Amino acid sequence: MSSTYDRGTVENFGRWREFSAGMWAWVLHKFTGWILIGYLFTHIAVLSTATGVDQAMVEANEDIYTNTLQDLEELVIVRFLEIGLLSVAVFHILNGIRLLMVDLGVGLESQDKSFYGSLALTAVIAVASIPTFLGGVF
Amino acid sequence: MAEHYSSFQRSSWRWVAQRVTAVFLIGALAFHFVLLHFINHAAEISFAGTQARMDEIGYLSLMVTFLVTAAFHGLNGVYNALVNQGLEGTQKRVVGLVLVLAGVLLVGQGTYVALSMNGFI
Repeated sequence: MSSTYDRGTVENFGRWREFSAGMWAWVLHKFTGWILIGYLFTHIAVLSTATGVDQAMVEANEDIYTNTLQDLEELVIVRFLEIGLLSVAVFHILNGIRLLMVDLGVGLESQDKSFYGSLALTAVIAVASIPTFLGGVF
Repeated sequence: MAEHYSSFQRSSWRWVAQRVTAVFLIGALAFHFVLLHFINHAAEISFAGTQARMDEIGYLSLMVTFLVTAAFHGLNGVYNALVNQGLEGTQKRVVGLVLVLAGVLLVGQGTYVALSMNGFI
């Protein structure tokens, strides 16, 4: 049987000490969701500016898209932001799978454990991705 | 006994759509990341490579579906988060309208970019 309760507002930051695993999962899912939708708008904007045609570049056998992406990838900060984006995406996916399981009524008694598992697996994947993301930038 | 809480109303079609798109996005987002960061490294991405991928109708349609579902899932999530914070009345209607408009523009622009990469435009 479902029930609802008033959790107050997230903006009341003084409450963070009272947060349970479920509240942290809720906060982190919202936080990563806001980042992902913000990134989607940014991603389409960057790709939009990179798909134009510059006649001078065409004559030099180059194109804006390749130059834009390669210039961005030369920046160390972009490589670190990519690791951050991967971490955000992986957590949102893993916690999202957890939420789908909760909706299906699967593993309701293990919600805390599956949240900690999502965090741990996100950390492992983020660390394991570092060589790939930082390769060739230094 | 574990308590169940969801900010979504179960009777709403958006509640169902949020979960259906979530299932699709789990696969699509993971595929997108693996293909463009681990199989093809982002630093080595070129327009020619992107164009070759986008030339395949299966890949192009997957990317456009990915865009549409991600836009819906993200903007519907934002809307629900705001409603959950107490948004109501005229503000709720205006925010809903702005988010729908933003979604239409995002999908329109994204599809235009995809078709530019594909060479159709």
